[in-house]
Amino acid sequence: MPVISYREALRAAMSEEIERDPNVVLMGEEVAQFNGAYKISEGMLEKYGPKRIVDTPISEAGFIGMGVGAAMLGLRPVMELMFFSFYSVAFDQIFNNAANIRYMSGGLINCPIVLRGPANGGTNVGATHSHTPESIAAYHPGIKVVVPSNAYDAKGLMKSAIRDNDPVMFMENTILYGETMEVPDGEYLVPLGKASVLREGKDLSIIGHGRAIQMALKSADLLKEKHNISAEVIDLRSIRPLDEETILNSVKKTNRALYVEESKPFCSVGAMVAAIISDKAFDYLDAPVKRLNSIDAPAIYSMPLEKLQLPSVDRIYQAALETLK
Amino acid sequence: MTKKPAPTKKAEVAGYNARQAPINAKLGNDELIALYRDMVRIRRFEERCLRSYQQGKIGGFLHLYIGQESIAVGVVSVMGKNDHVITAYRDHGHALAVGMGMNEMMAENYGKYTGCSKGKGGSMHYFDPSRNFWGGHGIVGGQIPLGTGLAYALKYKGLKGCALAFMGDGAVNQGAVHESYNLAALWSLPVIFVIENNGYSMGTSQERSSAGPSLAQRAEGYGMNWDIIENGHDVLEVRDKVAAAIKLAHEKSLPSVLEIRTYRYRGHSVADPDTTYRDKKEIEEYKATKDPLMFCQNQLLGEKVLTDELIAKIDEAARAEAETSAQFAEASPFPTVEDIQKDVYWEADNPADRKSQGTLFFN
Repeated sequence: MPVISYREALRAAMSEEIERDPNVVLMGEEVAQFNGAYKISEGMLEKYGPKRIVDTPISEAGFIGMGVGAAMLGLRPVMELMFFSFYSVAFDQIFNNAANIRYMSGGLINCPIVLRGPANGGTNVGATHSHTPESIAAYHPGIKVVVPSNAYDAKGLMKSAIRDNDPVMFMENTILYGETMEVPDGEYLVPLGKASVLREGKDLSIIGHGRAIQMALKSADLLKEKHNISAEVIDLRSIRPLDEETILNSVKKTNRALYVEESKPFCSVGAMVAAIISDKAFDYLDAPVKRLNSIDAPAIYSMPLEKLQLPSVDRIYQAALETLK
Repeated sequence: MTKKPAPTKKAEVAGYNARQAPINAKLGNDELIALYRDMVRIRRFEERCLRSYQQGKIGGFLHLYIGQESIAVGVVSVMGKNDHVITAYRDHGHALAVGMGMNEMMAENYGKYTGCSKGKGGSMHYFDPSRNFWGGHGIVGGQIPLGTGLAYALKYKGLKGCALAFMGDGAVNQGAVHESYNLAALWSLPVIFVIENNGYSMGTSQERSSAGPSLAQRAEGYGMNWDIIENGHDVLEVRDKVAAAIKLAHEKSLPSVLEIRTYRYRGHSVADPDTTYRDKKEIEEYKATKDPLMFCQNQLLGEKVLTDELIAKIDEAARAEAETSAQFAEASPFPTVEDIQKDVYWEADNPADRKSQGTLFFN
């Protein structure tokens, strides 16, 4: 199997879907002539031409709203946000229009749009460019939210998202763009709403999404090495729809849960998952559900401090030990 | 209106007569009568809505179009097969003009399952994509990027059509509107931005809210075609000027901004006080001199296209149609609790075709 990067996986997914469906169009700031600010779309303009790969002005409310309108009339726009943080500039278009149009029209109108881009901190770009809005997005019924943590999932989920008839917010990670793994050539899909058990274990369930759950694999190594603790590691991949079954089955087996994510703690995905676990698996718990998030403040710029603010292998390891106390 | 309106871009050709414009000169009597009838139907429907609102049958807001009927009717009457409409929350006129039925509209206002959005949208959120009508949108100016997107999709698909994106004069100061202007001009999208300028954004007059000599002229900053329709109360002038913009969109894929001067008789929403920002005299004067229905009626009476008898008949039929719609709405069932979670996700409503897994709803 070829080894490709997360970046190449996204490019392959979008390319395959552009070739498959004439209504798919990739739009965003610098996606075409510049080859993408993060080179996700490198070479795509040359290959598919300016009708399918479209540079937009810096005008998020305008071009995302335009994509929503085009989706209503049958296109399948894939809209790149150079940083997902810029979603807030288009908030009204996303959450009033894309999220509600099907509902307010009594099911007469669909909005098959994908909004994608990197939603992460850790690159010293300060608070405005480091938002992780997965729980804010998933709060809105009508919206689906996907957060792939590796190249295989990125490709399979992107293809599913583009084919989905509902609006999907697809949150990537600049730090993962260069991470490589074996990814099959050609067609495969990863369904939305299906978690992936990255490692099986029996003493503790570490559940999470995004880059933090990849870190958790290393934390799990340390737990095994230093304390002979066997941690199960579950990557949700999709926030809404949510794979409750895999979460609950794991907790019922291990009786302890730790949720890890880069978001701030208040009303985070982990808060939701903790509520679900206490609601549906309370009797199986031997300890309160623990959550590990970024330290609750706007993203700090200072390089060494930002590393400390974010989840890390060590912070996850320490949180796991507390869960096991 | 408190501000002297800026003049139109081009001095009217001396002797311009909308009735003699080719697009109107060719109209047969039946077509002229249909224009009048459509305006009457909008007014009678809305008057019936107002009664129901006052009786507590309709909730929330009720933004009446009364006084502006000539615009929706005029614009829709010159639309072709691939032309699409999107507007804001004052949407009853556009909905009736595109051919939506009073029953489904009134039932929607009553929050009934038989409503055009199954009681999920309300008065501000009517939709009928089968008639190229894409809403009915509640946020001022928020629909304008969507209208631009409709035009984008038409051009992408190679269809000869355009999007008519309506907004009020209050919308022109929203950023999303300017972003849409830029995209439309930059990419030569076949979209016509129609500003229905009734002089007031809610209770704030144009002079207290909008800089510049006119609203339409802002198009110049984007190198876009623009025009002002002074006599927005004249359905025939609306037709003529809008048809020219549609032609530009169809044949050259060029966008336009059209500012149509008009007036609303009722408050922003009928629950809003209507005495703090304008004089009753102002309303009365407009009604007496520029009422769109009266203007059309007088013209067609003068041409003997309409007769007093026919006018009475049209009026009676419109009142009866509106009354029937209120009865239909009254007799219709409300949605059920189960309906609350339908029409949220396409996948949830089409379980046989669902590809995703997991939980979509969290209670």
